[in-house]
Amino acid sequence: MQHNEVIRSMKTVTLTLTNPSELLLEGQSITPDNFAGKKAAEIATLDVWEGKQKGPLGKYFTVAGDGGATAADTRIILRGDCTRVKRIGQQMTAGEIIIEGNADMYIGGWMKGGKIHVKGNVDSFCGIGMEGGELIVDGNAKHHVGASPRGEWRGMKGGLIRVAGSVGNDTATFINGGTIIIGGDADIHVSTHGEGGTVVIKGDARGRVGGQMVKGDIYVYGTIENPLPGFKMVGEVEQEVDGETALFAHYIGDLGERHPISRGKTVYANLYTRI
Amino acid sequence: MSELLIKNGFVFDPLQGIKGDRMDIGIKDGKIVETSALENPKTIDAAGMTVMAGGVDIHSHVVGPKVNIGRLFRPEDKLFKSPHKSPTCSRMEMGSSVPSTFKTGYDYARMGYVFVNEAAMPPLHSPHVHEEIRDTPIIDNAAMPVFGNNWFTLEYLKNNEIENNAAYTAWLLRATRGFGIKVVNPGGSEAWGWGLNCVHIHDPVPYFDITPARIIKGLIETNEHLGLPHSMHLHCNNLGNPGNYTDTLESLRLAEGYTPKNNFGREQVMHVTHLQFHAYGGDSWGNVESRSKDIMDYVNAHDNITVDMGQVTLDETTTMTADGPFEHHLRALNNLKWANVDVELETAAGVVPYIYSPKVKVCTIQWAVGLELALFSKDLMRTFVTTDHPNAGPFTRYPQVITWLMSRAARDETMKTFKWLDRTIESTSIDSIDRELTLYEIAQMTRAGPAKALGISNIYGGLAPGMDADVAVYPLNPEDMPSDPAAIEKAFARCAWLVKDGVVTVKDGEIVAEPAKRTIWVDVKVPDNAQVQRDIYEHFLRHYSVKLDNYSLFEEHLHNPRVIEVNAAQ
Amino acid sequence: MSKKVENVGCPYCGVCCDDLVVTVSDDGKKILEVENACAIGNQIFHHATGGERVRLPRLRQPDGTYKDISYDEAIDYAANVLYKAKKPLIYGFGSTNCEGMAAAAKVAEKAGAVLDNCASICHGSSFLAMFDNGYPSCTLGETKNRADVIVYWGANPAHAHPRHMSRYSIFPRGFFTGKGHKSRKIIVVDPRHTDTAQVADIYLQVQQGHDYELFDAFRAVVRGHEIPDVVAGIRREQIVEVADILKKARFGTIFYGMGLCHSDGRNHNVDIAISLTRDLNDFTKWTIMAMRGHYNITGPGAVWSWQYGYPYCLDLTKRDIAHMNPGETSSIDLAMRDEVDAFINIGTDAGAHFPIDAVKHLRKHPWITIDPNICMASEISDLHIPVGIVGVEVPGIVYRMDNVPIQYRKVIDPPEGVISDEEVFERIHKRLCELEAEEVAKEPVKAAPEGVRVGE
Ligand code: SF4
Ligand SMILES: [Zn+2]
Repeated sequence: MQHNEVIRSMKTVTLTLTNPSELLLEGQSITPDNFAGKKAAEIATLDVWEGKQKGPLGKYFTVAGDGGATAADTRIILRGDCTRVKRIGQQMTAGEIIIEGNADMYIGGWMKGGKIHVKGNVDSFCGIGMEGGELIVDGNAKHHVGASPRGEWRGMKGGLIRVAGSVGNDTATFINGGTIIIGGDADIHVSTHGEGGTVVIKGDARGRVGGQMVKGDIYVYGTIENPLPGFKMVGEVEQEVDGETALFAHYIGDLGERHPISRGKTVYANLYTRI
Repeated sequence: MSELLIKNGFVFDPLQGIKGDRMDIGIKDGKIVETSALENPKTIDAAGMTVMAGGVDIHSHVVGPKVNIGRLFRPEDKLFKSPHKSPTCSRMEMGSSVPSTFKTGYDYARMGYVFVNEAAMPPLHSPHVHEEIRDTPIIDNAAMPVFGNNWFTLEYLKNNEIENNAAYTAWLLRATRGFGIKVVNPGGSEAWGWGLNCVHIHDPVPYFDITPARIIKGLIETNEHLGLPHSMHLHCNNLGNPGNYTDTLESLRLAEGYTPKNNFGREQVMHVTHLQFHAYGGDSWGNVESRSKDIMDYVNAHDNITVDMGQVTLDETTTMTADGPFEHHLRALNNLKWANVDVELETAAGVVPYIYSPKVKVCTIQWAVGLELALFSKDLMRTFVTTDHPNAGPFTRYPQVITWLMSRAARDETMKTFKWLDRTIESTSIDSIDRELTLYEIAQMTRAGPAKALGISNIYGGLAPGMDADVAVYPLNPEDMPSDPAAIEKAFARCAWLVKDGVVTVKDGEIVAEPAKRTIWVDVKVPDNAQVQRDIYEHFLRHYSVKLDNYSLFEEHLHNPRVIEVNAAQ
Repeated sequence: MSKKVENVGCPYCGVCCDDLVVTVSDDGKKILEVENACAIGNQIFHHATGGERVRLPRLRQPDGTYKDISYDEAIDYAANVLYKAKKPLIYGFGSTNCEGMAAAAKVAEKAGAVLDNCASICHGSSFLAMFDNGYPSCTLGETKNRADVIVYWGANPAHAHPRHMSRYSIFPRGFFTGKGHKSRKIIVVDPRHTDTAQVADIYLQVQQGHDYELFDAFRAVVRGHEIPDVVAGIRREQIVEVADILKKARFGTIFYGMGLCHSDGRNHNVDIAISLTRDLNDFTKWTIMAMRGHYNITGPGAVWSWQYGYPYCLDLTKRDIAHMNPGETSSIDLAMRDEVDAFINIGTDAGAHFPIDAVKHLRKHPWITIDPNICMASEISDLHIPVGIVGVEVPGIVYRMDNVPIQYRKVIDPPEGVISDEEVFERIHKRLCELEAEEVAKEPVKAAPEGVRVGE
């Protein structure tokens, strides 16, 4: 497969967290873009922050392997407990990051391309402001998955976020494009203020699904504990979602919100619940 | 004490008619002096460079409550958009379209500016304005309280009580430590208290039995009655709408027959601000077109009027104005977040982010309109560079505006990026204008002219002995102007030197000192007026939500004042 | 002879009454009488001169007791704590003046600290809503002069803001509202039938935690859509009736309180309230306002916005750029995650207001309290620096809940030797500059890169 060929040509940098920080670490330099073209020793000199204290990455991690020639040729594997390492993969444009365990906030934040695979859980704000690429979380994610940063009305624009477990609140706030697929349940607020994109919740949603939403699609396979009064059922449809076809009840909304008119017809957001 | 000699620069000082002569400028104890008065000066070598007085901005929104809402409610205006702190500055510089107070001061200084007139101070919020002035480093500030929707003003002018209105105006200038009479959408912002507007100058103001036209005339009369340094400063009704140029012309005509009365060298009775927003023809966004020619023909023929551009810079920015109904209108056009503050008895304000895109026809027409106004002007001592910061674009884009004015090639370069170039050319005159302004004309538009219109040209805007030693040196050689317009922009963005009050403040575009800044205000003596005192007492007793004694700015909240005294008692 | 000080501002709640008359004893040391204030306001003044005041900073000793030290020693201690910490947190500012807040920001920027205020645990959600949706508001005098419909949503001014209704909303006679209460319709929305609900013309008992749904229903009705029979415990007919009143108002104000911004969904409840306010402005004039709690809790949001562009939760640890993201840089989140290693509690009582786990984490590191009085925070601190009481002993600018700046006066002198918050921070700043200079002198090479502590 072509995909495998690409992977084979990649160079791998393995970071092992051997000397954890006392408080936290901000690791925005841990991206294929920053590692590309650098030898292990140079990578070890990149900055990470613990509060106001700036230190070299090598103070906390052992670094094995060199970066590839470009970001796309660089794969980063993180070992050790990264539960308190933030901002891994922030703004990355290409390449791959594999986090063997948990990771902290902002994983894949403002990501433009490439792929991140987290085998454990992540904290809040993962995939925030995402524009492209793929973010896969095998465990759970906390709040603001694929949401927009504070005040930004141009939220997630593209890419794919897949969380196998459950997520906290404020998923996909101001989503404008791209796809988010949650394997488990979602807490309150899904696609609030959304104006595009697709969110799939395969478990239950607690409520406030599609509030103040202008455009875009949401699928909920389980139940919505508190549905919004601004959504109105308009029929039943069969749809293919994430590779399977199923029958859904189709709602439009949020009727309380403004909606654009396209070719003489009002465009609403769509909410589909599986029957 | 400290002496400086700025040697061998090409000096442009329209106030003295100096047009690029190679001259030395002497500075002693914070003032410009004859070079012969210097004993042992430090020397700044300005050979091959352009020397001008420190820049003067006649209209910019830099301090106060609506500016601050603009900062507060736009975290996305900072994220990944703020520069890292300069090691030579004492404070961080956050923000882009609405910079922090610190960034405001530093950036103006880097561009060689020393005086910025805050365009709209809600009187009730004057302590806030002065707190922000305190935290805006380097540049001197004045702030104009808004009068055009003030209940006292409406009531006095309804009955043609100019003397009472003058007494109230003098009182309010002192209470707020304000600079002059600002008028924003006269009557319209009061109507906005009910969700309404006064679109045309003869629309009556609800419940107040007066029209915008009468407010404008009454405030011109008040201004000249008092003999203030600056004239009535007008933001016309019907801002930003297709076809509004007729309303603008009607507003301009209201100044006919009035002559300036003042001891400050000011020659206009009306300053019309951000004229670009008021010069549109057509009757819808589909057929909107430039009417800058009609407007400037009128302005050129009437020397009791000054104007500033309000140039659109084609950026993402934050609009903010005391024109409350306009911002409400704008939020329905772009559906973005909207802040509004109606201020009891006085004014209103709205704030909405806005993106002027080269891909949008209306925006590129607006861009052309602004430049045409300046390029059609026959008197650049009466036509000033502004972007109505941050409304049509941030002030940090002045260097780009200057470059567009000075270079047809720069304009062509920008027009190449327009999606609707043909439609823009069709709807405007910009493509038929070859005029390129000179450095002398730029000096008129950015220091000499605004200083004169503000009535402060004895202190700012020129380089005559006795004036403040505010001198900007730009790395531009008038005898060898760069063929690349980007080099002009670069030179005006970061001056080689700025001397402020005799202190070397910027060197090679970096801040090297933060000399104490000043607050300029106007103190007018008027005869005692028992009726006005009673009216003030009554309104505060019944209608304000604060006590009269807590309303006037406490002396301790006025920072490093420079008072301009006016005697209107006789 | 006692003397009367007039037009005094009340340093208690966000109503910021500025019409108090305070009678002061002959020697200018005691407050004898306070006129015009409500009972709480009254108490604040009497409390100031009632009991014994702490007059000197107190430093915790190895045996657990406090020992009096000089201000110089306290300033030096505080500066060193800030200097050495990797991520210090300066939090509070519920009750101080804007001058103090500006000085504290200077310290935080120099020290590379996180700077946060009490909004973080109350009306921070209002800021989040403003970021996302704006804030169509007005000054309180506008409401008094024009409003014919008033909504209190999740707010109980009868208890929390005693003079709010009489000064600004329900009862006063204004320019266009000469009939006062008679000319106004009062709507109260609250899960509890509060004392404020007693004076309402219409009371909606919204189901706890379902305000968002009710707003959504109002918005749908305002746009002419059908809604279910019952939403959030309220019958459709009643929603339709109220929506009609809202649309037909001449001028309305929605005042909302912690009931809205602190129940499930927090900022989104405020956000959709703002959306409804926006919608209603297509029909008539509507405004919305947060019922901010303390008299100057609006202040830090104003001051830090003009200084950094962010109203709260400012992470200044990078010292060259500010970062804000509540949920990460908010005090409680930082404390719960054990992300800070020094704490300054100023003008509030984090000891009483923070969750116990947050307090436990913070207690592992140096804790300094700057406060006029003994409070829970001061008693678990390593250092307590007493200061003058703003609005009583220290003048200054405060911002009322509607962002109107009010100039507060000084009524009596602080206890001898006691200085202001502003002076404490200015002196800490000065000391920090000295520490920095000492370090540069010691190790000029190592000290060069910003943010790196020598020897670590
Ligand atoms: S209402 Fe608030 S501000 Fe007014 S007196 Fe009472 S406590 Fe003080
Ligand atoms: Zn303006």
